[in-house]
Amino acid sequence: MAETLRTIEIECLRFNPESDTAPSYQTYSVPFTDDMSVLQGLQYIKDELDGSLSFRWSCRMAICGSCGSMINGVPQLSCHTFLRDYHPGKLRIEPLNHFPILRDLAIDQTDFVRNKLPAVKPYIIPKESQALAQGEFLQTPREMHKYYHYSECINCLLCYAACPQYGLDSKFIGPAAIALMQRYNADSRDAGRAQRMDLANSDHGVWGCTLVGYCSEVCPKGVDPAHAVNQNKVASTLDYFLRFLRPNGDRR
Amino acid sequence: MSSVKTYVRPMAGWWRRNPFFVRYMIREASAPLFYLYALWLVAGIVALSLGPSIYAAWWTVAQYPLMIVLNLVILVFAVYHTWTWFSVLPKTTPDIDVAPGTLIGAGIVAAIVACLALFAFAWGVTR
Repeated sequence: MAETLRTIEIECLRFNPESDTAPSYQTYSVPFTDDMSVLQGLQYIKDELDGSLSFRWSCRMAICGSCGSMINGVPQLSCHTFLRDYHPGKLRIEPLNHFPILRDLAIDQTDFVRNKLPAVKPYIIPKESQALAQGEFLQTPREMHKYYHYSECINCLLCYAACPQYGLDSKFIGPAAIALMQRYNADSRDAGRAQRMDLANSDHGVWGCTLVGYCSEVCPKGVDPAHAVNQNKVASTLDYFLRFLRPNGDRR
Repeated sequence: MSSVKTYVRPMAGWWRRNPFFVRYMIREASAPLFYLYALWLVAGIVALSLGPSIYAAWWTVAQYPLMIVLNLVILVFAVYHTWTWFSVLPKTTPDIDVAPGTLIGAGIVAAIVACLALFAFAWGVTR
């Protein structure tokens, strides 16, 4: 059976840093079939209509986290969103909110990749190093269950585009970084919690969150960063008050 | 940071751009109403302690149509606030194996039971 071809209007934000002082919008008419994603719509524009349109993509199956964009104002992976769901309406595609625009739909991720992500020490810090010959660190399925869904984060940054607190103050460490902090803190093989708590307790840590909760709504992997952030508010409060009970006070 | 020229979009009016943020702002903005309402009730208790004539004056003001309308408006926001706060309850609990819907439902049922118990108590005391 031949697939019916329909046409949808796609309005893209355009910004050329070499010639523009502010972004503008450009509309394209894109023929599509029922199985075409928004990313495929963008690829059609680039291949057939306007080769100058810039956007990022890689895997086309919601695991690389490259193709996040604002689709009709909602942060989504463009490979995970279908053109048919917007027809006969129009589609407006913009770069992820709250990030500087490099060009067209491509954002500058430097703040997350260089500052936020390394700051939470997103790796296992074992209590004592163990020689390879001693074998692996063992873990039960129940212990793995405690952190597994946080480990599903693909760093797509949709949660930062959903977080007005990050938009208002980019020093806020933000949802994905705190979800990854929780991923390692909750890991039975990890002993780095004390090292991460200084950041969680800081002015730009968990208390920058006002529980808007939209980060968890838009997460394409079910990571639930809002839950991670708010569990760390409890941890941060306990950390603050328990130091009065510790014999060595603030020193760990 | 990169040395490439970038464009940063303004945040002005951010909460009006998405219905989710509008609902969040109503939740947050409704909180001061409850503070004012609590102050009004405290004023009633203070009036009571100052004597029958002052309490009668407070009670007269409390029965003004404007005050009754304000009470109803605050009640609507209180219901909305309770609903929305219990809706985010699953984000604030420790990692427990209870479905989010169950947690939200339990919170709302607890709030209704507490309200009815308080109402029954007040009714019983004043009869």
